[in-house]
Amino acid sequence: MVFSQEKNQTPHIRMGIEGEIWQSAVTALCLLAVDPRLGGVALRAPPGEARTRWLALLAQSGLVVRKMPAGIGDAALLGGLDLAATLAAGRPMRSIGLLESAAGGVIVAAMAERMDAGTAGRMAAALDSGGLGLVALDEGVAPDEQAPAALLDRLAFHVDFAEVSHRDTDGSGLECGEIAAARARLGGITAGDDMLEALCGTAAALGIDSVRAPLLALRAARAAAARGGRAEVSLEDAALAARLVLAPRATILPSPPPPQPPDGEPPPEPPAPNDASPEPRPADGPQAQEDAPAPESHKLPDQACEIILAAAQAAIPAGLLARLRQQDFRGKAKSQGRQGAVQKGGQRGRPVGVRAAAPGPGLRLSVIETLRAAAPWQRVRAATSVMAPPGRLHLRREDFRVTRLQARARTTTIFLVDASGSAALARLAEAKGAVELLLADCYQRRDQVAVVAFRGCGAQVLLPPTRSLVRAKRSLAGLPGGGGTPLAAAIDAGFMLAEAARRGGCTPTLVLLTDGRANVTRAGTGGRAVAQAEAAAAARKVRAAGMAALVLDTSSRPGPEARGLAACLGALYIPLPFVNATSIRAATLQR
Amino acid sequence: MRRSFPFAAIVGQQEMKRALLIAAVDASIGGVLVFGDRGTGKSTAVRALAALLPPMRVVAGCRYGCSPVPDAALCSECAARGRPLPEAVAPVPVVDMPLGATEDRVVGALDLERALTRGERAFEPGLLARANRGFLYIDEVNLLEDHLVDLLIDVAASGENLVEREGLSVRHPARFVLVGSGNPEEGELRPQLLDRFGLSVEVATPADIASRIDIVRRRDAYDRDPAGFCDTWAPEDARLALRIEAARALLPHVDVPDSVLEQAARLCMALGTDGLRAELTLLRAARAVASIEGETVATVAHLRDVAPSALRHRLRRDPLDDSGSSARVNRAMMEVFDSGPHE
Repeated sequence: MVFSQEKNQTPHIRMGIEGEIWQSAVTALCLLAVDPRLGGVALRAPPGEARTRWLALLAQSGLVVRKMPAGIGDAALLGGLDLAATLAAGRPMRSIGLLESAAGGVIVAAMAERMDAGTAGRMAAALDSGGLGLVALDEGVAPDEQAPAALLDRLAFHVDFAEVSHRDTDGSGLECGEIAAARARLGGITAGDDMLEALCGTAAALGIDSVRAPLLALRAARAAAARGGRAEVSLEDAALAARLVLAPRATILPSPPPPQPPDGEPPPEPPAPNDASPEPRPADGPQAQEDAPAPESHKLPDQACEIILAAAQAAIPAGLLARLRQQDFRGKAKSQGRQGAVQKGGQRGRPVGVRAAAPGPGLRLSVIETLRAAAPWQRVRAATSVMAPPGRLHLRREDFRVTRLQARARTTTIFLVDASGSAALARLAEAKGAVELLLADCYQRRDQVAVVAFRGCGAQVLLPPTRSLVRAKRSLAGLPGGGGTPLAAAIDAGFMLAEAARRGGCTPTLVLLTDGRANVTRAGTGGRAVAQAEAAAAARKVRAAGMAALVLDTSSRPGPEARGLAACLGALYIPLPFVNATSIRAATLQR
Repeated sequence: MRRSFPFAAIVGQQEMKRALLIAAVDASIGGVLVFGDRGTGKSTAVRALAALLPPMRVVAGCRYGCSPVPDAALCSECAARGRPLPEAVAPVPVVDMPLGATEDRVVGALDLERALTRGERAFEPGLLARANRGFLYIDEVNLLEDHLVDLLIDVAASGENLVEREGLSVRHPARFVLVGSGNPEEGELRPQLLDRFGLSVEVATPADIASRIDIVRRRDAYDRDPAGFCDTWAPEDARLALRIEAARALLPHVDVPDSVLEQAARLCMALGTDGLRAELTLLRAARAVASIEGETVATVAHLRDVAPSALRHRLRRDPLDDSGSSARVNRAMMEVFDSGPHE
């Protein structure tokens, strides 16, 4: 995530590619209909005509399609005792779960990016056991809003409709007969070893770690061959599979990358020359590992592999390279790591009483309290009830009491580290030391930490909220200094993280290490006065949201700027020269 | 039901396979922690191992899978029945624990259906009861709530689940091999919890293309024809099953000489592990490995085999120090074992 103006412009896409994406999505749909064991499709798309048309095609495919609402509970997913019906009927009534009713078909999961880890786990298990497909509709906007990684890994096709509009779609329909015929042929399709090797080699060359990817690609190739009426997987089938399955998962480009299309012009006046490209630094190990397998690609066995690789490469979206590093976060840690710590309001924790409600997802029936609520009415109900035999307990829906639970909200500490050249450079090491001490403290309290660094023309999330201290430390260790002070962009970035943390049930705390001398505006241009005004506005927004904050003045001579910033934030102000790390800790604890 | 992927057909992942075999031979080892990326065959290996094990004798109709052999721990229902207990045969269970599982589902709770429709107070067993005498597999154990992990390890160590809630008081045997998996990049397990897992292994996707091709080829063959594929590997799986059975029988007779004990203690001292759990696990694991190899005496070579798995996760560490713990164990082994015995 880069919050400077420069990256806010969408990377430009070649003409006609939207139509190609649409075609690929339709092909993926056909292949899925031919072989449901391909897992499914992760469709990243805003709600719109293109998505609607695609889903309409899905409905034509002959597969059973069931919708899964966001935030589905276990009862609805797995089935179970239907309490209300049971009481009405006087005998156990079971409700059929979604997984059961969709067997052999496809589940369409709305808002998959918000699916909680437990549901994702059950879906993953259902996908593994086969006989069920999943279409994960992902409406995420921010790059870190994604369907759970455990699911993405199991879905063969990843399609992004961000740029596709209804104009790119065509009126093509699906040939149900053709699909059924292809399905019948599927069992007899063979795949040569060379195709297998080529797909594995391509996956390795594209830096795809999971072995599921080549396996799914092989299945896709086979389904393509079945569709084309071939008895053996041809080179075109394999190339198609590589394009559809492997390309969207690429984490490296195998050969020297083609000249990268400019993501946007650098700001007219970069405060320091080395900041012209605020590229995310290779913050951690995965990057190093990625470089390692690259030489493998030089010994790609044969021509087949090259053709397939080329096909996959051509399908790698243009903006991918720029996002690759950030995908390290996404793929490996982001969504799952954060979801694990999410405190669902009242789903877990210690009991703090009861309230009247029907038990449902995440609500636990309190039997004793339910009986207590029903007790006073027993005589009246026994007298009026016609159905129930005498001696039976008369429970009604309104008697249900559920336990209220309260969990200790976790804290997410968001560090905004000023790495600009202005004044922090001299004290950057000191600031890092202070952050590391705080990190050790967060570790003891099992807090989440996030790190945002800002310098030059933008702020950058070095580390999304995580409990992994090693990563936090690594992300800081290599932090370079220099450049201007884009304070407003930094506070915005911190504010967004804090809001996300709050939505996840955590209590955010912002810790700013800066001298407060903002001189870069949100637009990435210079101009001290505008920059200061913007920073103050951003700070007031944080204050209005009622978020706790702490400003550590890192300038060598504490000045009015940081103090003013602290006032705007409603934050505690601590000039660094007068504190040691221990008192910083005490101050954060106090907040 | 579909047959599981054969254990013998799993490509590579030697350390994980060995750790699982050790746990299968000696369940008291205390669970296996598997750290690694997605798609490295963690859950496949657990399922495959369970399928490999011979079906177990159970008390017919028992919801907790009690063992009918004399002086086995019994649930209260079986204990109340007269002997001899009726017998049945059941496969070794593998129970998946989903990340969002509530405490109710794990330990069991009041059976609502019976409470509401018949007014009976009955216990509905949870995942722990189903996992009795089998495997409990937790994906992403590092993301599980601490209190649940605590509870699981407690039960796994004591072999008994004690439920006191909603006017119920139930006690039933729950002996299982806890297998937790996770990716340390996504969050860490508390050191106290780490220490309570017996063995830990690190898995990674094989880096060479040849083994990846092998993996995909075998998996694909299995997917296309599970029965045929399993039949091909059946002889090898059977051999492995025999080895496990032999090892289980041999285990009580494996001798650990004092010199090996001393080496184990010195290794743990050199690494500065807290408490004696490290030594105990190291010895048990070495003994299990010896029995798997059909030997009656555990040697330093066996120690070497298991030391990284047994000790890697117990090193006291600075949370901010990221030097690899495997490397530290190997270094300490070189220092301790290769310097020759002290007198």
